[in-house]
Amino acid sequence: MSKTHVTTTINGEPAEFLAEAGLTLLDALRDEVGLTGTKEGCGSGDCGACSVIVDGRLVCSCLMLAVEAEGSTIETIEGVATGDTLHPLQRKFIEYAALQCGFCTPGFLVAAKSLLEKNNNPTETEVRFWLAGNLCRCTGYDKIVRAVMDAAAEMRGA
Amino acid sequence: MPKVVISGSTCRAFTGGVSELEVTADTVGRMVRELDQRFPGLGHHVAEFMAVAIDGVIFQDAYSEKLPEHAEIVLIPKIGAG
Amino acid sequence: MTYIGNKSDLRVVGTRPDRPDGVDKVTGRAIYGADFRLAGQLVGRILRSPHAHAKIIKIDTSKARALPGVKAVMTAQDMPNITSEESFVGEGPTNFRDQSLNVMARDKVLYEGHAVAAVAAMSPSIAEAALALIEVTYEVLPHVIDVEEAMAPGAPILDETLFTAGVDPKPTTPSNIAKKIILKSGDIDAGFAKADIIAEGRYVTAAVHQAYIEPHACVATIGADGQATVYASSQGHFMIRAFCAKLLGMEISNIRVIPLEIGGGFGGKTIVYLEPVALTLSKMAGKPVKLVMTREEVFRASGPTSGAVVEVKMGAMKDGTIVAAQAVLKYQAGAFPGSPVQPGLMCAFAMYDIPNVHLTGYDVISNRAKVAAYRAPGAPISSYAAEQVVDDLARQLGMDAITIREKNAAKAGTKTVYGVTFPEIGYEAVLAAAKSHAHWKAPLGKNQGRGIATGFWFNIGGESSASVFVNEDGSVSVVSGSPDIGGSRASMAMMAAEVLGIPVANVRPIIGDTASIGFTNVTGGSRVTYATGMATVQATEKVIEQLKQRAAMIWDISPDAVDWKDGQAVPAGANAGGFDPLSLAAIAAKAGKTGGPIGSEVSVNAQGAGPGFGAHICDVEVDRETGQTTILRYTAIQDVGRAIHPSYVEGQIQGGAVQGIGWALNEEYIYDAKGKMDNAGFLDYRVPVASDLPMIEAVLVEVPNTRHPFGVRGVGEVPIVPPMAAIGNAVRDAIGIRMHSLPMSPPKVRKALDSGQG
Repeated sequence: MSKTHVTTTINGEPAEFLAEAGLTLLDALRDEVGLTGTKEGCGSGDCGACSVIVDGRLVCSCLMLAVEAEGSTIETIEGVATGDTLHPLQRKFIEYAALQCGFCTPGFLVAAKSLLEKNNNPTETEVRFWLAGNLCRCTGYDKIVRAVMDAAAEMRGA
Repeated sequence: MPKVVISGSTCRAFTGGVSELEVTADTVGRMVRELDQRFPGLGHHVAEFMAVAIDGVIFQDAYSEKLPEHAEIVLIPKIGAG
Repeated sequence: MTYIGNKSDLRVVGTRPDRPDGVDKVTGRAIYGADFRLAGQLVGRILRSPHAHAKIIKIDTSKARALPGVKAVMTAQDMPNITSEESFVGEGPTNFRDQSLNVMARDKVLYEGHAVAAVAAMSPSIAEAALALIEVTYEVLPHVIDVEEAMAPGAPILDETLFTAGVDPKPTTPSNIAKKIILKSGDIDAGFAKADIIAEGRYVTAAVHQAYIEPHACVATIGADGQATVYASSQGHFMIRAFCAKLLGMEISNIRVIPLEIGGGFGGKTIVYLEPVALTLSKMAGKPVKLVMTREEVFRASGPTSGAVVEVKMGAMKDGTIVAAQAVLKYQAGAFPGSPVQPGLMCAFAMYDIPNVHLTGYDVISNRAKVAAYRAPGAPISSYAAEQVVDDLARQLGMDAITIREKNAAKAGTKTVYGVTFPEIGYEAVLAAAKSHAHWKAPLGKNQGRGIATGFWFNIGGESSASVFVNEDGSVSVVSGSPDIGGSRASMAMMAAEVLGIPVANVRPIIGDTASIGFTNVTGGSRVTYATGMATVQATEKVIEQLKQRAAMIWDISPDAVDWKDGQAVPAGANAGGFDPLSLAAIAAKAGKTGGPIGSEVSVNAQGAGPGFGAHICDVEVDRETGQTTILRYTAIQDVGRAIHPSYVEGQIQGGAVQGIGWALNEEYIYDAKGKMDNAGFLDYRVPVASDLPMIEAVLVEVPNTRHPFGVRGVGEVPIVPPMAAIGNAVRDAIGIRMHSLPMSPPKVRKALDSGQG
């Protein structure tokens, strides 16, 4: 099967890969680029474990074809920390015990980062609705919501 | 002598309906052997699928556990779980 | 040794340090099942039955084998034909023949999604093309999905060799009822005769899935010498080794299982689906094979827990004393026997001291995926019915719902229906905490209601191994055999640090594979902090003994004259000599000169896990137009013995409660007329999302379990037991109608509001 050459920027670095026509962006990231921090929980856009930011928009990478990413800028969980300095959201997730198994965590962090970039002072309800596309089966969301609220407060300097 | 209580129907099938008996054994392992001698097959069933509660505390696969003189030993299904 | 003593003396236990694997899990570095790859690995795919019940007449794999890029095609004929053998592995009693047939169907498919063949190929697209080329000839048979229809005379029989166990005389015709169990105490008829009031109800629950977010995944590789390595995410790598050895006729020593991070399990990853298939394909192809389930496969082919019909009748006297309780439980087992009806029976009324109890349970097979363990297996289903009937008793008597429970509460010395007399338990403490909580008295608005329900789980101990090593610089490694599913690395490190008297950051916990640590049972049954914690504490204590001996050697005094205090060796008294304390690092630096590396491994079979009790208070608002039930406030109170890391204990309680909320309001397996699952995806099988929920307040009651060095009780199972009844009672309070089936979804509530009957 012939493949298409795709050129992107991933976490600030140029990245190229070959993609079969039906390859999802998720599978390209995991299998072609080797970034396995982005997870597959459902493959149908219902769980949010595969959340990435493409050209500033939060997307489920399992719902986007890899060839559609040509020329785009992609941000994954591997790009959320700066070097060995964790993003405030990452620190707060650890501090609040907002993860148990940790499998949904990358998707939550990417989605929450995208929220805080749009709204730096979300209410609890806004956090809950923004994150409604991300499933967590371990925590009951309580500690996740608290971690996001507190990270937002810290980032505002509150 | 320790008293063994058999509350489940599966074990009672081995004992012909007997639901309480005294044993001379002083450990769980010896009790399993004694039960098997008295009711062939029961020992194996207890060893593989049952837990014992000795005066209320549940033990699974604990042959060396002592049976106090007046202990009440209850056979219950082993607990697994999620 | 016990460290229960004074909580304020503890420096690490009871605090909330960062978890040791936290950074890996927030940066994407942690390697889960599907993240692992071996050089040259092939892509595996499984062909699954489109029919709920059919005979396999013929499987023709020749076209698939001929496809370029296909390296192996297998069916059940490529696995040993296992004879019936009952055993107790992992999550409960199991039959290896059934497990083998569940992994790959042989003569019959018993549910839609049942595996019938598998391929290994060079790429995903080739593997999928190969599946399409496998020709299976079926003879479709009548199927049965519903539990009571499966029990009825004339129902399609799944297994002609299955005769109901537990009935006398032994049946002569096969049945879908695998087992009938009776548990009783006292005299049920006399009990009801004594009762002033009776409450009863017939309750129906739907099959629900654990719905861990990570689908099952593994990579297996086997050499020409028969040496195999399996990399998998599961609740127990020793369990995987045991099943692979049995199902494939291999020696245990020839299988090494390396645990990868696990993305949730809740009981559902205590058995194998993929690993024996991947090993067989790897053997045929001579290359590593990776198998990953899709979400659809997880729903159709991996075990949910039982749906059930539960009939409960209870009688009480005017003063609220419950004098009789009776229940009939009919549990779906899926395609093979083994529903959790037994613990369902044992837990139904375990919270109460009732003199006359009669329980009947049925384990029933039907054309559904074989059930697997799910958090406190069996207990949520029977408690859902029993705790609503208790609520009805309280309503009839005009009595407070906590007061009736206090009046009948099980306590130390109460004899359960299964014969065991409770040791020290925390049920009364939990009820007292519920009664004094502000939530119980808070005002409610229109269309709002409040409910409470309680729950019980045994908790277990079992076999666990842990080793503790002091490294050359005085840092400490803790290796255990328990996969970390929700923070157990943190609790192991904390217990070791507490015993050693050092900061928890100096302790590095890891999970050992099957070849590098002693046998350890699955992470399940709320046993890890208890049993593996016990092994860790004992191994740490042995290390301290060695540290004292080394210090004694350095000081040239008797080991008895050395104490271990605050992370250092000190002379035991003035007579021992005036030596300056020796730190862990100082002793470690001299380890080579004083006898070699310092370390110890301990394996235990932990006994006496303390029973756990919880009470959940829930407020709901029901939208009378749509039938939608919204959870307004939720408080979960539980006796946890002692919390090692309170945040993760709260997390277990919050997570369990929310799974219960999903079970109560939304989740269910839906089948079409042909016996195919209609909602095998997260869009239509709706688990709770963040916007459905309020904060979940977890209240920790600590009645220490004296059998554990720190007083730990298992925590993870209990919180899924009360929610369904708590919400059912709250909905009853809000709309004045008792709902009798789960989920209490908007259409059902709407219908109940229209008809006046739930």
